[in-house]
Amino acid sequence: MKFSSLIFANLLRKKARLILTVGSFAIALFLFAFLAVVRAAFNQQADVASADRLISRNHISLSEPLPLSYYEQIARIPGLAAVTHFNWFGGIYQNEKNFFPQFVIDPEHQRQVMPELVVPDDQWQNFVHDRQGAIVGAKTAKRFGWKIGDRIPIQNSRYGPLSTWDFNIDGIYHSQNPGGDETQFWLQWDYFEEKVPQDFKGRVGWYTVKLDKPDSALSVSNAIDSLFDNSAYETKTETESAFAASFVKQFGNIEGLIMIIGSVVFFTLLLVTGNTMAIAVRERTGELAVLKAIGFSDRTVLFFVLAESLLIAVIGGVLGLGLSALAIPGLGSTLAGMLPPLNLSATILALGLLASLLVGAVAGIVPGIGAMRMRVVTALRRI
Amino acid sequence: MTGGNGNGKTGSLIQVRRIDKTYQRGQEEIDVLRGLNLDVNKGQFVAFMGPSGSGKTTLLNLLGGLDVPTRGSITVASDEITHMSRGKLTEWRARHVGFIFQMYNLIPVLTAFQNVELPLLLTNLSKAERKKHVETALTVVGLAQRMNHYPRQLSGGQEQRVAIARAIVTDPSFLLADEPTGDLDRKSADEIMALIRTLVKDHGKTVLMVTHDPMVARQSDVTFHLDKGVLVEDAAHLVAGEPA
Repeated sequence: MKFSSLIFANLLRKKARLILTVGSFAIALFLFAFLAVVRAAFNQQADVASADRLISRNHISLSEPLPLSYYEQIARIPGLAAVTHFNWFGGIYQNEKNFFPQFVIDPEHQRQVMPELVVPDDQWQNFVHDRQGAIVGAKTAKRFGWKIGDRIPIQNSRYGPLSTWDFNIDGIYHSQNPGGDETQFWLQWDYFEEKVPQDFKGRVGWYTVKLDKPDSALSVSNAIDSLFDNSAYETKTETESAFAASFVKQFGNIEGLIMIIGSVVFFTLLLVTGNTMAIAVRERTGELAVLKAIGFSDRTVLFFVLAESLLIAVIGGVLGLGLSALAIPGLGSTLAGMLPPLNLSATILALGLLASLLVGAVAGIVPGIGAMRMRVVTALRRI
Repeated sequence: MTGGNGNGKTGSLIQVRRIDKTYQRGQEEIDVLRGLNLDVNKGQFVAFMGPSGSGKTTLLNLLGGLDVPTRGSITVASDEITHMSRGKLTEWRARHVGFIFQMYNLIPVLTAFQNVELPLLLTNLSKAERKKHVETALTVVGLAQRMNHYPRQLSGGQEQRVAIARAIVTDPSFLLADEPTGDLDRKSADEIMALIRTLVKDHGKTVLMVTHDPMVARQSDVTFHLDKGVLVEDAAHLVAGEPA
């Protein structure tokens, strides 16, 4: 491109200013990528939630249990393919930083209700026949270096006195859904029921129902809730995605917070870059006037300003996104107990680059139009 | 070649007919040029003198298509430029006018070569052809050895030579020089004037120059005095007469 030497020469004219502006872009894009990754992590559960599953929990709150006796009553409702139940175990492996979700499962119906979480048959059979058996998601197994046959001690702090429960890793599950959760740890209902104090026996955390057809979700959820109306343990039944969304909301309006922070960051970036470009154009008024005088068109002058602004945006954006690609896996490991797994997807990188280009274009357009409209005679008089 | 406020002759490279230029300053209208006529033949070297505010630079801007007159017409090589659109006028300037400014106005981040190459970027010439043209122009102004120097590495006189090379590199129909020696010492000014004379005499360039310096003006073929927007030919300065 024959104008490239002029564009690059202008770009490199004030190196300190260029470094500061590109640095602003890089930091903003790093922050954008990190926030987008956190948002995606929180939304991941809702995104991968099945459309043909319902969650039925205690109407008061998720932390209140439901009787195991509800199982048979729910299973008799027409339109259901299968029902299973879960409890939140919430144990500690070594220390609290090593958080991963642990669920007490019903081995008899687990695979019918959650078919996307795949365990090889031989591993599943070992698990079913081992009361102390556990199935662990591939990511958690990788995180702690666990392999089949390992014995894992987990401290129970929720159910009765503090105690250590030992588990045998009998299998490792993988999710067939892209982005599906592979961090869970499953333990047997029978082992749990045997070990917990009397007050906790016969109580489940929630029921998960697999429907014959997704379009029966409303009628089935109404049927379940009607069944237990005015009982000591009323239920609240909703789709899995609604349940996942309400679970995320327990942490506060994360999405809103991330959107506000992201918007402020980009608006500030727009001001910084816009100001840089405005100063650059003002400093070069005479030069731009000379270019116009010798025959460069208004559009070409606009192109020079926009090209410079977009180059700053692209360089800064690529640097920031590159930095995030390097840093987010490490940050994800460090924050493993506090945040869901962090994955920097190609979509986030593409969105980041697009956002950079947009900021670069908007920042350059106003001074660019000013340069385009500048009258040569007036500008030359100022030199 | 004729000038003044009467009717000019036809067949000249530049024909200016009864142009007025009025600026609006608040409620007040300022007449900078009034009913001005001018004819310049190809290969002539014309100087304009006059006190500040007499309209010299305004006239140069009109001739260069940087501004448009309030009334009247300007024709250059059969192109009536007065009614051209802004875009057309820009294209016309690229083809027909070479500008030389008092402050040289080189792009400081480009080398002498790159500065001279700028007008050629608007043509369809290949990189090799552009290089050849730039080297020729820099050789004409005696700076072929300094083509990779940046403006800050050149003296004022050398910078103005680069500016002249930039003005001639596209072989325009005429050159407009606004106080080309105004920022130079006498020695450098003499060198620049010698160069401009060479461009006129040896390369057949047409040059229209604004100057405050009578010594510089004396080197032109003809000098016009502008006073309150009216052009007066200075008979005492009809040095070389009209070219053949």
